[in-house]
Amino acid sequence: MNSIAFISISVFTLAAALAAATLRNLMHAALCLVLALLGLASFFFLLGAEFVGLALVFIYVGAVAVLIVFTILLTRRDSREHRGFNLPTPKATTGRTWSGVLIGLAVFGGLTWSILNTQLLSIAPPHIRALTVRKIGETLMTGYVWPLQCVGLLLTAALIGALVLVMEEKQ
Amino acid sequence: MSSVLDQMFVHGKRWLLSWIAGAPNSVIQITSSLINIIALLAVFLTLFALISVLERKILARMQNRYGPNRVGPFGLFQPIADGIKMLIKEDIVPARADKIVHFLAPVVLAAVAILTLGVIPYGRNMTPFTIDGGILFFFAVGSATELAVFMAGWASNNKFSMLGAMRAIAQMFSYELPLIIAVLPVVMVVGSLMPDRIVAAQGEYTLGIVPRWFVFTPWGATAFILFFVSGLVESNRTPFDVPEGESEIVAGHMTEYSGFKYATFFMAEYLGMFAVSGLAVTMFLGGWHAPARVLEVVPSYVWFFAKLSALLFVYIWLRATLPRTRVDQMMNVAWKFMLPMAFTCVIAAAVWHYAGRGLRGWLWSLFVIVFVYSALSILLDTRRKFAPRVYRFAE
Repeated sequence: MNSIAFISISVFTLAAALAAATLRNLMHAALCLVLALLGLASFFFLLGAEFVGLALVFIYVGAVAVLIVFTILLTRRDSREHRGFNLPTPKATTGRTWSGVLIGLAVFGGLTWSILNTQLLSIAPPHIRALTVRKIGETLMTGYVWPLQCVGLLLTAALIGALVLVMEEKQ
Repeated sequence: MSSVLDQMFVHGKRWLLSWIAGAPNSVIQITSSLINIIALLAVFLTLFALISVLERKILARMQNRYGPNRVGPFGLFQPIADGIKMLIKEDIVPARADKIVHFLAPVVLAAVAILTLGVIPYGRNMTPFTIDGGILFFFAVGSATELAVFMAGWASNNKFSMLGAMRAIAQMFSYELPLIIAVLPVVMVVGSLMPDRIVAAQGEYTLGIVPRWFVFTPWGATAFILFFVSGLVESNRTPFDVPEGESEIVAGHMTEYSGFKYATFFMAEYLGMFAVSGLAVTMFLGGWHAPARVLEVVPSYVWFFAKLSALLFVYIWLRATLPRTRVDQMMNVAWKFMLPMAFTCVIAAAVWHYAGRGLRGWLWSLFVIVFVYSALSILLDTRRKFAPRVYRFAE
């Protein structure tokens, strides 16, 4: 049951991510990115990390995706214009493509090698109790209260910065 | 007797599940979810049909006319006639539209609205899907509404649609903040994001008479009003129907939709309205709890739907009463008034909690709210600045 869910979610997520990387219509690519993020969130649900999955949907689908879509809309003269730089066209350089493939393979190989050589996977995982929202809240408010405050300060500074940027200049 | 009536639907579902008692666990789980989904859809689509005719009736009543009264007794079969009309209408897709996204937008919108309905407790033991972070789920899924509206506006390839979508996103983003922050004090006081726990926390009675609904505390009342107004904006209802303002931009993001797709948009709007009102009932109005101990013989779901109907009536009432607001006025209220007030509610709830949750806490939190409210009204007072309107960009 779990492995079927895992495989179907993986296929879905990978397909959506691939579509996001290769689709020529930029808006379609952005929407496919949303699908890929939803797939990632369902992975977290599958692993029992409800809160992380919901936060992912909340932040990425609710805010970041809309931001991306807006950016595409506001910066391109015609958002339907096809991108010319994504897929290798016949006359496009093959060197660039192959170097990209090589780097991708190198990263993938390196990661696989290091994961396979890690000790963690060979021992049985300890039984972890379901991570409740309450527990996350308690941890954030006790052990991680200073990092939380720092992030809060940083976000406030960013908010004020954004306000200053768009403030009307007095003549 | 009353407890049998109260648990009627729970027992009904258990009886249905007993038919497949021998099946593997996963089959039972999926069947149980399917029963929940079918029940949810049946109830809320019926409610949608009912509300669509009742809204027209009530609006008509307030405007001193009859309203629909030709189809069936009192015009009650009007939604069926409307449905048939919508189904047999031609589905027009503009030639320059993005066909796939154009088709998906209403579907996503309706799906989101239905998903958010799933976590609300409708009665004792009657939550369709019990999730640990139910409130978070509600908002996480609900935040996809903006994307759906944007998809509709962009895919139509029409400037009115795009304008409508831009307006919709601007207003939804602005009001999502007070909406969520107004919920925070309740989550803080209860200490849980689970709708069932929040309802359970409102079950007792102070002095045996006054129910402990959060709306009866100063912070709860303020947060409820903020939540209700933000919910009104989120569901794009008059007086905040700026995105589809038909006197300015045809129908906003729905301009290029016709037939059943248009009906789906309409349905999604109403389902979203039910979801937000349902959450307001759950968070502030005691959920399915009866308002007095004697009235507890009435089944819990009756109380939930009675409260929901009361809120829906207010929605319709406001639509009949208020004209549409201007975009800039709306934004100003959101950022300059609603957001600070929502934060004040959080502080007032903390004061209430630390002053002992009794009369003393009640008065202290009232003081905090009144203080911030008056300070804000003095700061935001624009009466002295009235002057002839200056056009900066349109000479």
